[in-house]
Amino acid sequence: MRLGAQKIALERGGRRLFSGLSFQVGAGEALVAVGPNGAGKSSLLRAIAGFLPLSEGSLVLQGGDAEASLGEQAHCVGHADALKGALTAGENLEFWAGVLGGDPRRGAWLPALGRLGLAHVADFPVRALSAGQQRRVALARLLVARRPLWLLDEPTTALDAAAQSLFAGVMREHLEAGGLIIAATHAPLGVAARTLELGPGEGTAGSSPPS
Amino acid sequence: MTSPALALFLREWRIARRIGGGASIGAVFFLILVTIMPFALGPDMILLAKLGPAILWIAALLATLLGLDRLFQGDSDDGSLDVLVNSALPLEIVVLVKCAAHWASSTLPLICVSPLFGLMLAMDARPLALVAATLLAGTPALTMIGAIGAALTVSLRRGGLLMAVLVLPLAIPVLIFGVSAASAASGGASPFVTPFLMLCAISLFAIAGAPFAAAAAIRHVRE
Repeated sequence: MRLGAQKIALERGGRRLFSGLSFQVGAGEALVAVGPNGAGKSSLLRAIAGFLPLSEGSLVLQGGDAEASLGEQAHCVGHADALKGALTAGENLEFWAGVLGGDPRRGAWLPALGRLGLAHVADFPVRALSAGQQRRVALARLLVARRPLWLLDEPTTALDAAAQSLFAGVMREHLEAGGLIIAATHAPLGVAARTLELGPGEGTAGSSPPS
Repeated sequence: MTSPALALFLREWRIARRIGGGASIGAVFFLILVTIMPFALGPDMILLAKLGPAILWIAALLATLLGLDRLFQGDSDDGSLDVLVNSALPLEIVVLVKCAAHWASSTLPLICVSPLFGLMLAMDARPLALVAATLLAGTPALTMIGAIGAALTVSLRRGGLLMAVLVLPLAIPVLIFGVSAASAASGGASPFVTPFLMLCAISLFAIAGAPFAAAAAIRHVRE
């Protein structure tokens, strides 16, 4: 399995973020997009997930499911945790397992939560959890349904050192199983990864759109 | 596909039933609106009974639209919509299931209590039953039309009023046929069956067509 980007360009609000960007990510490889604020790291991930249209170029996943779109073969963890505060951590994961094509049975998500060290809070409403715990519940979504491509936008935000190394282990397992990871982060990811340098954002504070 | 749809329905249902979920807001708003009407119109029993079906329908229309503006916005704000777009379900089915859950959790209770509230408007047993029947047939159309408005305003922070402005004109046919069917029972000019069947037709048409419109609106607005 191999994700290839051919000379892609992206615009947000009439501003060209980058152009002529090409890269390849193979099975078991991680790619980290780095660059200053406003360089288009998050936009790149959102474009790969299919949320933003490319202005030029193409993205191809070789060896993937021809029936499904690129976004449907990817897990995307963005700035927002995509959790419902009124539901318990377990209910949130049960729901994601159901709609993302995982195992929807009651309790099938428990190993995923346990993998991130949160099995003891499964029955608490998510709004009662700390920011770091909410983040870990959101990351457990990566494990409830198997998808080859992980798109991670600042995945380790709010995680403490122990949780970061826990998550690094989760990512390593995913890579060893032939998965792909593309991340945008300022902090070290914790796994061996190539870096993809995105050009400096034209705008500084004030004129740059939220990345 | 049934299982993902069921998971989504269950989640929407749970959120609506939890504290702050808003399932009961519609019914409470309905109660308030129906309760203040006799104070405004005066204690004329004949007039109240005559206006009863119209009052119940207007109250149901406003109560249905009240909760709908948040239909997609909550999911858009917390990032769930991003994940749903790339889920195992087509976006059209997501819209349909969310509407079904919204209707079942907040509009169905309102229909169940509507005969009780009709008593406050001095309505007889037969008109009460028929008003409930017209609400049952007509409110799915209101929910589906409202979903289009909710989808169009999903990225706006204060989209509620704009949504009402967009949706209310489209809801007028539902209101016309609903009230004329309902008031046929309490001595209206038209027969019951014809407007009732029109109401059913509008609902079926809305259920078939609105998911495509709402899904297209979500896709367009998010780009």
